[in-house]
Amino acid sequence: MEENDKPNEEQSEQDKKQSRRKFLRNVGIITGGAVAGGAAMYTGIHYEGSKLPSGERLKLLAQDGRLLEVDAHHVTEVHLPESELLMQQGREGLPGHKWVMVVDLAKCRNARKCIDACQSAHHLRPEQYHINTLQMQESKKTAPYNLPKPCQHCDNPPCVSVCPVDATFKRSDGPVLIDNERCIGCRFCIAACPYSARVFQWFEPPLAEESKDIPYNIELNVPQKKGTITKCLFSADRLREGKLPYCVSACPNGVYWFGDEMEDAVTNGTTKETVKFSELLKQNAGYQLMPELGTKPRVYYLPPKNRLFPFEDGDQEEHKG
Amino acid sequence: MQNSYDQVALDLFRPVRLNRSHLIWLGILTIALFLCLYAYSIQLREGLGVAGVRDYVSWGMYISNFVFFVASSLIGMLISAVLGLIGMKWIRPLTRIAEIIALAFAAVAGLVIISDMGRPERLPYLFLHGRIQSPILWDVTVVTTYVLISALLLYLPLIPDLAIGKKILNKPKFLVKLYEILSVKWRGTKAQWEIIHRSMRILLILIIPVALAIHTVTSWLFASTPRVGWNSTIFGPYFVSGAFVAGIACVIIAMYFFRKNYHLEKYITELHFNNMAKLLVLVSLVYLYFNINEFLVPGYKLEHGDAIHLKDIFIGHNAGLFWFAQLFGIIIPIILLLFRQMRKPFPMLILAILIFFASWIKRYIIVVPTQEHPFLPIQHVPANFLIYKPTLIEIAITLASFILVLMIITVLSKLFPVIPVWEMQEEFELKEKGNQS
Repeated sequence: MEENDKPNEEQSEQDKKQSRRKFLRNVGIITGGAVAGGAAMYTGIHYEGSKLPSGERLKLLAQDGRLLEVDAHHVTEVHLPESELLMQQGREGLPGHKWVMVVDLAKCRNARKCIDACQSAHHLRPEQYHINTLQMQESKKTAPYNLPKPCQHCDNPPCVSVCPVDATFKRSDGPVLIDNERCIGCRFCIAACPYSARVFQWFEPPLAEESKDIPYNIELNVPQKKGTITKCLFSADRLREGKLPYCVSACPNGVYWFGDEMEDAVTNGTTKETVKFSELLKQNAGYQLMPELGTKPRVYYLPPKNRLFPFEDGDQEEHKG
Repeated sequence: MQNSYDQVALDLFRPVRLNRSHLIWLGILTIALFLCLYAYSIQLREGLGVAGVRDYVSWGMYISNFVFFVASSLIGMLISAVLGLIGMKWIRPLTRIAEIIALAFAAVAGLVIISDMGRPERLPYLFLHGRIQSPILWDVTVVTTYVLISALLLYLPLIPDLAIGKKILNKPKFLVKLYEILSVKWRGTKAQWEIIHRSMRILLILIIPVALAIHTVTSWLFASTPRVGWNSTIFGPYFVSGAFVAGIACVIIAMYFFRKNYHLEKYITELHFNNMAKLLVLVSLVYLYFNINEFLVPGYKLEHGDAIHLKDIFIGHNAGLFWFAQLFGIIIPIILLLFRQMRKPFPMLILAILIFFASWIKRYIIVVPTQEHPFLPIQHVPANFLIYKPTLIEIAITLASFILVLMIITVLSKLFPVIPVWEMQEEFELKEKGNQS
């Protein structure tokens, strides 16, 4: 206190004055508070009155999958901005599904229509592949064949393990996606991926100017961003609409089967024929790429037997590895 | 006796001043740094594509350089902690040089890794959204810890020196003031000495596992992937043993220049060069042993992927670099240093510079060739995706990191005595006592 050095008498006088002032102030606060509180309760009751239960019950599915029942009166619709909605749903899988792809190597004639459809959907440059078709020959005597190679959407993905910021993630319905709003561009995932499935935006992506106002969609990875990773997404945006992936629909040769492991059914993108997934693998000796690495791919291959077309090796000079 | 005791302090504080030649040297470094930073501004504007890295070889010079920097910084731990704790007395005049090198390389290593990021402005995400199972998080944690401990290991034994320097130095004014502040009222009481000795001991023990961790974790950035050439269980010790070779080369180069330019021949003697040479041979032999394991074992089996990888680095287009690194980085130094004439300062400087280059190239050979032959063939891409070629911009940005290291070493060695003064005085006293009795 500042008055410490004043004589005692004066101080007690001061104290009295202070306590009186304090008392008056307290009375003021209590009265004011009571009035304000009363007013608030009054308006509150009125407000609640206008929202009395209507008796109409609604069944709602909560985010965690529980079925809830609430009064119709208490329901207010939540309007997320589109960008937020896309961010949120992009990280959540479609419940009850496990997407799989089967690639029939006997049918691939390297038409590269899958690649074109994919690149135009995802705003990629010609040398950027979410899916690429490789000319393969395991050894000198074995038959060459074309290998369409999308991301294998591993169930034990090395890329997801090494990502330091949760930018790339495994979704509950199978696909491994990338959030380019989160990616820091360290490229550890490129180093870790044994299938060379990942692509980096080394420069400003094409169509960056045109697409800059589009809200970012994780499931489509558009707009693309400089300095981040982009990769095959199993066309998660199309799956949400109940459609087949871009590459699958674009194939003229019936190479791709796509479907749901939970339903044990896959549909051919060209013929639209639907067959049992397990039967297709069993009858055709389906296999996975490099299963010995323990990555557990969700893409399966049918061996390139009885190929009825010649192998065009225009790209043989580039063939390495 | 008093006279020569003070002479030690005078000798060691003589280089502590700002003279024109050093200002010019710092000026040149600054200009060069700004030129290189201009290169970085181009990379920021245009994207990482201005470097030679592409989708297949996506880690190039920056990451090789990062590995080299982390490697070089390990020397602080070897000299001060390992040799110090087992009671090697001859290393005492070299401890501060080793710590300065360790601190400079470790601190700049953090910047090198940022230059490799596609989105450097998202660096805070490592802390906001960090996922603990990523080796990058481990690396960030241990490198930061190592920088902190190295800084303390540099600073603590400096405190008594600062108190001595405060009395000896009279200009420049800011330096005297700096000494005043940094010496934290050191009076040399018994209690103060005890605190310093005890905390030094704790730090010296602590830095051993941390130093091993930084380079082991750095090796795991590679070994934790299934790639041929990286998928190795001995990568941790392989990297650590190689780090000591690179670090000792750095210290020898620094020893030579400090001895010559600061006229410290009385303190950094030929004996020190001789001993460092033997230490270098020892760590090189260990490194050679790991190299034999790393290449001979897969070379004997020649699994499909290993065969391609080994063919590439033994006789393929990376062979020149590989053999340069192995010969000049390990084999030739081991053989030459067996001869006493080679263990003199000048021949050792030449050897150390060669080892320094070879060590850098070795990191490049570890990082790059593996990515040039992935499991699946590289097809339908432009030719520059197939084989990695560093660009001028990339080289300039890499040079910037070396310039920064040189600047840190120059400034620290100009502001403070590069040889611990009180330790030298203590040694001097002991010697005097020995002579009297």
